[in-house]
This record gives sequence, structure tokens and C-alpha cells, in this order.
Amino acid sequence: MKRIIEVCVIAILMSAPVFAQGGPGVKEIPYDSVPNFLKLPPNMYMGEGIGVARDSKGHVYTYTRSGATRLYEFDEKGNFIREISPGNYGFEMAHGVRVDAQDNIWIVDEGTNMVVKFNQEGRPVLMVGRRPDPFDGLPTAATFYQNPNPPMPYRFDRPTDVAFDAAGNFFVADGYGNSRVAKYDKDGRFLKTTGSRGNAPGQLNTPHSIQTDAKGNVYVADRGNNRIQVYDNDLNLVKSITGIGAPWAVCITPGPHQYLYSSNSSPESNNSTQMATSGEIYKMELDGTILGKFGKGGKLLSEFSTTHAMDCRIENELLISEITSWRVQKIILKPVASAATK
Amino acid sequence: MKHPVFVVTAVVAFLAVSGTLFLAQTTIPSIPYDSVDFLKPPANMPIGEVAGVATNSTGHLFVYMRTGPFNITVGTSRTFPHGSSRLLEFDQNGKFVREIGRDIYAFAYAQSVRIDPQNNIWVVDQYSNMAVKFDPEGRVLLTFGRRPETSRVPNVTLAAPAAAAPTGAPALPGGQAGAPARGGGGAPPAAAGGPPRGGGGGAAAGTPGDSFNRPTDIAWDAAGNIFVADGFGNSRILKMDKNGKFVKTIGGRGNGPGQFNMLASIAVDAKGNLYVADKGNNRIQVLDNDGNPKAQYQNIGSPSAICISPGGHQYLYSSNSNDPDDLERGEIYKMELDGTILGKFGRAGHLVKEFGSVNSIDCRTENVLYVGELINWRVQKVTLRTK
Repeated sequence: MKRIIEVCVIAILMSAPVFAQGGPGVKEIPYDSVPNFLKLPPNMYMGEGIGVARDSKGHVYTYTRSGATRLYEFDEKGNFIREISPGNYGFEMAHGVRVDAQDNIWIVDEGTNMVVKFNQEGRPVLMVGRRPDPFDGLPTAATFYQNPNPPMPYRFDRPTDVAFDAAGNFFVADGYGNSRVAKYDKDGRFLKTTGSRGNAPGQLNTPHSIQTDAKGNVYVADRGNNRIQVYDNDLNLVKSITGIGAPWAVCITPGPHQYLYSSNSSPESNNSTQMATSGEIYKMELDGTILGKFGKGGKLLSEFSTTHAMDCRIENELLISEITSWRVQKIILKPVASAATK
Repeated sequence: MKHPVFVVTAVVAFLAVSGTLFLAQTTIPSIPYDSVDFLKPPANMPIGEVAGVATNSTGHLFVYMRTGPFNITVGTSRTFPHGSSRLLEFDQNGKFVREIGRDIYAFAYAQSVRIDPQNNIWVVDQYSNMAVKFDPEGRVLLTFGRRPETSRVPNVTLAAPAAAAPTGAPALPGGQAGAPARGGGGAPPAAAGGPPRGGGGGAAAGTPGDSFNRPTDIAWDAAGNIFVADGFGNSRILKMDKNGKFVKTIGGRGNGPGQFNMLASIAVDAKGNLYVADKGNNRIQVLDNDGNPKAQYQNIGSPSAICISPGGHQYLYSSNSNDPDDLERGEIYKMELDGTILGKFGRAGHLVKEFGSVNSIDCRTENVLYVGELINWRVQKVTLRTK
């Protein structure tokens, strides 16, 4: 009898987050996708849609894995403006792009292990991390996933994303190799680090995306652990948000009432089984309460083929960057009128 | 009663042992200075780690930088490295003038550029194991060393700490060593006790000629004799006459007088004495023109870039550069040639007036320095304030 109870308790515990959050009963948010949002000149192409971000003017930056990793700027209508710093020493394998409050453009590159801040003129003005020199050689297959580098203050191991607080401090999600978050002041000086590989509270398994709210709390997409971990500004763990699948990309809207978006992206977009059971994006309150979800895996317009990044500077007008469809979709959410307004 | 006596004795003993260090560090004045981010490259010109910086007699600035990815292409049975380092010329206002030697065979992983009294431009490349002399128009006049025909991709275990690099690691074709090798201005002082990364006794050690293993810098005496710091792989100086004819090799790996552990930089004074940034041994060594050791200067950290100003009264600058993995140290010392420290300025950091892994200094004008930084991808024009 006792054993049966134990089994039941375990079963309930294991399944509880699913029922509590992303399972049946979560409201579907109706939405449209704008066809051909980004318009490139002839013979310029998007590659894998890795990073996308808007600045204060609504200009769109994409960091894409093409033949070479490239950083493009478009205007708010999706018209191509320019390529920024082609051939930059920090570009190799795109992973993230974000724009800070001063409209500086930050890229995170998991190939060079660098975070590079560009000013609006497109000049690199702050570099953190360093491209390995050729004398370092290549890791062997055996060491590839073994966290070869200890998490040193200024050395990343396949970093994934960067976020900023109101004071200009920035937080680097680092990443595939190190599974930690590192905090720096506005001048690029290391302040502290938290996390190591694991699934205990405060541990991380591939922190894949990172955002802050207006109070400076830090939201880390702990992708491998199927949760968003929330830290205060000093990187003390506050809480964990679960029941939303594997968060690949997170985004927090600006404004007085902030919302949190998180994408349960399909791990392999060429696996039809996975595509059928994932790909949805959740809209939440900052406390993790799910308000609704939208989307599913797929190649068509308004479907998502492994969402890798989201911009949500405009609450109900998201930019969604997908790995395998080589595109950025502009998604218009159509909030359903609540019962009170009917 | 006994206790205070013991303390006093201990303090006296401490001062006796380390007095020079103790006194020197507490009395070094800070030199006030200003700085500007100097280069004004055209939009979208790739800028990368500034490895070398040097002015010519007209005030133009030559910058040798690591600008692009280091690629390996696969051949039938071998792999071929392709670097992307570039030599750029800027005018006295920092405006871009021209590029020299685009995609030249020697440009792989930038290390140093120096300008001789005739305004010839000399470049040292750490990966191609070459030094190249260009005339002022940019034509190749002399080459030293040879780029490896092929390069086996070093297949190392990155988990091995730097200091634990296996000794006697097999030398790879072209003198690239199989030991975990980092550097390019980045070795922490802690590496001083162990064998330097990248060497392990490269094939070129002791070879009577211009066969280099990660060379780092070049200098000349008044007669035109050439001195190559060779370098991070080998730990020796190669002396050649002005025509590039072999004269002798100087030094070898070790920490005794006349031995080196990672030669990062070299300069020659008006009398022909050699000043060597013996980075891994945390000292500058002074040798006479034939390579006989004369003096050692310590208490200046781990010298990564040195420069001697011209003129009747020459000064010696030395940077205690931070490792790219930290923002510690970073100050630059101004010294008399006899090693007397006159002052210091700066610290490691990303801001203007801070320094990020300084790899080269130009000091053609005594109190106006051009400082090239690896991790900040930048040249700062530093002006020391004089009373």
C-alpha cells in the first residue's frame, strides 16, 4: 500500500507541471503572420535565423548563419538597410543578437566565444571573451561536450545570449559549454558568476536565452532542464517556471505591465514526430502564469521550424527567428476580448 | 617582550630579502596621462586584435592586426591554414591611407610591425613563422623564415592546464608544436615555472638560421644588424647582418642569465644593447650586442611589449599586460635604460585610458605613445603629461 502511494505521489509530481501549465486547457491565442517580412536585395540571403532584435526606432537586426555568419539591419518595414561589419573577427557561428537601451547592438557568437557590442555606426566598441588563437587547436570529439574550459571570468565556452539591466550591467548566458550566467558592469568588468551543469535548483543545463525585467531580475531559459530559472539582480535564485516545455527563446516586453514569452521549440525540425508535438510559444505574466499559447511546429507561414530567438519590443507584434526556415516571421497576436468587455 | 623583537627582526629580514621590490613598488609615481582611441577606419573595414603598431618618420601609423577567421582547408591528404591578418597604414590623424600586402603568404596570425630608420616596414607573423621586410612603397625586399607547407590541426586536449603542457611534445611539421599552445601576448606569469606553451623544443631550436617557431618581434642596431625575438616556440634571439646573413643565435630556454622563457618583445638602444621582454621570467634582460647578458630588470610584472625612445636621452617603456582571460595588472612603466623606474600609468580594462592586453608600443616621441591592444581591438594614442 505504501509503495503504491509512493508511486502515485511520484506520478503526480512528475506530471503535475504538465497539468498545471502547458497541457490541455491553455488558451490558444489567435494570430497572423506577415508574409515576406524581411526583404533582402538580389543575391543576399538569410541563412539560419539565429538572432533577431529591434532597436528603439523599430529597426530590425538579424544575426544569421549564412555562408559566413552575418549581421543585417532592416528598417521597421523589413526593407534592407545594411550589413554591419562583414567579416568581423568576432563572427563565426551566430547565436544571439540583442539591442540595449542606448541602441547599441550586441552579438553573441558561439564559434568565437565572444560577445561584441557595436555602436549605432556599426563599430565594435566593447569585446568580452576572446576568439581562440590558432595555437589552441581543435577539441577532439571526446572533449567536445566535456566543458573543456573552466568558467573563467572573461572566457566563454559557446555562449548563447546577453541581457542588460537598467544600470547597464549585462548578463551573459554561457552557454553550451559552461552552463552558467556571468554578470558584468557597464564597462565590461566581471562582477560574478552563478551556475554549473546539473538539474538542481540554480544549476543549469544549456542556458540558451536570457532576459531581464524592469526590476533587474534575470530570466534564464534553462533549456535542458525544461524550465525558466529566475534570479534577482545579484544572481540569487528566486524561482523556477516550469510546464512550458523546453524554453529555447525567451523575451520580456517593455512597458509598465511586462509579459514573458517562451518558445518550446522543436528540437529537430526535420523530425516530424517532434514537430507535431512542439513548437508552441507561451505568453505569460512575469510570475509564470500562462496567459495563452500559439503556434506549432512546421514549415509553412505561421508555423515555426525551431524558433531560436524572439523580439517582443511591441507586445503583440513579435519577430520570430527560426533556424531551419531561414526566415524571420512577423507575428501579430490578436488578443481575444475578455468576457468582461463583451 | 620577546615577541616585538621577533617581529622587528622579521620585518628587517623581509626588507633585506625583498627590499628592492618593496621599496620600488611603494615609491613608483603615477604618471598623469591622456588618451584617445586613435584609428578612424572606414565603415565596415574589418578591425581585429591589434598585435603590432609602429610609426614611421612622417608620423604615419602602421598597424598589423588579426582581422578575420583562421581557416583550415582540407587538401588531398593534408590541411592548409589560411590566416587573415592585415597590415594597414593610417596618417598622423588616424585616417586610413592604404593596405599593404593584402593576403600575402606570410600574413597568418599577426604579431608585430616595426619601422626601421629608412622607413622600411618589417612584419613578424607568429603562425607563418616569417618576418618580412617591405620597402616604404610596400614592395617585399627580404623574407625570413618559411611558412609551413601544411599544418596538422593540433588535436589537443584542452582540459590540460597550460602549465601542464607535456614536455617533449612532438614537433609538428613546420615547427608547430603539439603541446597545448596559447599565447600571442596572453601567457600569464604563472606559466613561468613550466615549459612555455607552443614550444616543447621545436625543430628550429638552435638551428643556425632563420627557422622560427612562433617569432614575436624584430629590432636593429645602428649598423643595421637584425635581431629577431624567436619567440614563444623557441626561446632565443637570432642575430643577422643587415643583408639577412646569419650571425649567431643567442640564448635558449631557461631562467638563468641569458636564457629566456617566452620572448615577447625586443628593442635595441643607441649603443646596440639588446633589451628583451622575457615575459615568462617576469623580467627584462639586457644583453650586449653579441648577446652577453649584462643586467636584469624586475619588479615590472610580466613584460609583454617594450619600446625604447630615440634621441639623446633614451627611455624604456614596458607593459605588464593583462592576460586576455583577466583584467588584472595592465600598467605601463617608464624607465631609464639602466632600469630605474620613473613612473607608471594605466591599468587593465576596456575603457579609453585603460589597456586590454597590450601587445605593442610605439615610442618614437618620448611622451606620445601608440599602444596596440589585443582584446580591445584598438590603438590608443597616449600622451604623458610633463610638468
